[in-house]
Amino acid sequence: MKEHGPGNVGYIAVWAALVVLTAATVAVSYVHLGMMNIVVALLIASVKASLVALFFMHLRRESRLVWGFALTPVFFLVLIIAGTLSDTLFR
Amino acid sequence: MRETMWSGERPLNGNASPRGYLEEKGFWAWAYTLDHKRIGVMYLYTTLFFFLVGGVFALLIRIKLMFPGQHIFTNQTYNVMFTMHGALMIFLFIIPAIPSGLGNFFIPLQIGARDVAFPRLNLMSYWVFVAGIVVILFSLVRPMDTGWTFYTPYSARTSADVTVLSFGIFLIGMSSILTGLNFLVTIHKLRAPGMTWHRMPLFIWSMYATSIIQVLATPVVGITFLLLAMERVLGVGFFDPAKGGDPILFQHFFWFYSHPVVYVMILPAMGIISEVIPVFSRKPIFGYKAIAYSSVAIALFGFFVWGHHMFVTGMSGTAAIIFSLLTYSVAIPTAIKVFNWLATMYRGSITFESPMLYALTFIFLFVVGGLTGMYLGALGADIHVHDTYFIVAHFHYTMVGGTVMGLLAGLHFWFPKMTGRMLGEKMARPAWLLMFIGFNVTFFTQFILGFEGMPRRYAEYPAQYQALNIVSTVGSWVLATGVLIMFANFVRGLFRGAPAPPNPWKALSLDWQTGSPPPTENFREIPTVTDWPYGYAGRQT
Repeated sequence: MKEHGPGNVGYIAVWAALVVLTAATVAVSYVHLGMMNIVVALLIASVKASLVALFFMHLRRESRLVWGFALTPVFFLVLIIAGTLSDTLFR
Repeated sequence: MRETMWSGERPLNGNASPRGYLEEKGFWAWAYTLDHKRIGVMYLYTTLFFFLVGGVFALLIRIKLMFPGQHIFTNQTYNVMFTMHGALMIFLFIIPAIPSGLGNFFIPLQIGARDVAFPRLNLMSYWVFVAGIVVILFSLVRPMDTGWTFYTPYSARTSADVTVLSFGIFLIGMSSILTGLNFLVTIHKLRAPGMTWHRMPLFIWSMYATSIIQVLATPVVGITFLLLAMERVLGVGFFDPAKGGDPILFQHFFWFYSHPVVYVMILPAMGIISEVIPVFSRKPIFGYKAIAYSSVAIALFGFFVWGHHMFVTGMSGTAAIIFSLLTYSVAIPTAIKVFNWLATMYRGSITFESPMLYALTFIFLFVVGGLTGMYLGALGADIHVHDTYFIVAHFHYTMVGGTVMGLLAGLHFWFPKMTGRMLGEKMARPAWLLMFIGFNVTFFTQFILGFEGMPRRYAEYPAQYQALNIVSTVGSWVLATGVLIMFANFVRGLFRGAPAPPNPWKALSLDWQTGSPPPTENFREIPTVTDWPYGYAGRQT
């Protein structure tokens, strides 16, 4: 599959982006944003996970069936968070 | 109407040996087998063994509850008894029995494949299951007394072996995930040529929906048990309010798995009912697509309703109202199935062989179980009957009246295919009748006890409840007698049953078109499918 990949330069660029985002997570943790600290940290983590899945795990070039199997659990993750928040936010 | 679903040579089994996949003997031939049929049989033996063990616990609990007051065994032993009854029945019998047992055996046969997609993973899944059992047995050193739900804060501080038992269940869950993954890939990739999604038997549709739940929900309970172990061993405060945790968070996680998993128990049973009813009514299944898609809908909706187990925990009122409303959505696809089964039977040439008796029992008892579930989904009514025997009766009507009756319908239906021998109807019918009567006497009384306010799980109760408790206990003896006669009939059938023809029920699906028992490779040539498996056109004579 190497011939279709982003090539070594591309992979290094993705790695560099992951390093930058990790640094961003650490930096943001020193800024006091209240509840938004968790939201920002989770957003950055989601972007990083997406980069890994898209480039390192080749999801970018996969069939729609594989995309379906990759995205379905995300829906259920959102579901468990939303359902639990419907309790804890309104107690 | 054409009464075949495939083109090409027939019979499909070719020159199979008369003993089929059972030809090779000896311990290692079974322990190392990659044959999905043998792995399915090993799962069936294991799970049915724990059905009997769990049943013994149930009988002891019922004997204890005949009289108020401490006698026979202590209240602490009683706590252990109902915990073990629940944990063994749920994790070692009712979750794996149909998917891993009958599913393993019949998914490849019904879709016209030679095996599952990953046979080695399948064998590994069985041995991981056995490893889980061994770990669970180790937990008996300091036996569990938390109930099968492991609720914190009690489970975080009891001296019983919560960590060991929950690790055993962690392994059982891993086995369940591997099996579900295997089935998903098998159903996507290994269907015989011509078997489109809308030509698949409905058992396959239900197993597909089941596998989705197994793969998506089981990791959540696995992680929850890990968090509980970290709290117990390392003192991390996930669930302890004193350390910033939340005990209700445990229940959210636990029920995010454990509610969908009740559909892992019931969906495969519904699939069996969808197979049995057209065969013994000699009519095409009514509403094929509605039944197929309702399986997927149940699997999906089942994930939205977990909060209804927690109405009285102190959960927010907003969440309780949302979960109560969502709970009703599950009733819709369930009712779709029941009405379609009834419409299938309407004006059919119904015969009452034992598989059909169990299938009809399933519909009757499951409707009672399902409708009482609606009482419990209603927020106000639930607050009145929560944690009473009403709940106990409700889930036994769905799980025993539903899943176990579906399993028994499947075992009686497929016994000739799996063993190459017929089951004796003379013993099967009285066994069924005793179980039907015994079950209703045992558990219908518990609806009344619950409505009158008798709480579940207590070893003690006021004398006013004794009369109905005696009735319930006597019912459990009738039920147990029926189960024993049925098992005696299984043993008799295994050794003395008349040789089974390939297709004793004149069914149309591919599993019946090969030998009884099937050869190791299932089919000499993979058939080309040309139609759905429900083209019945009246009774064949």
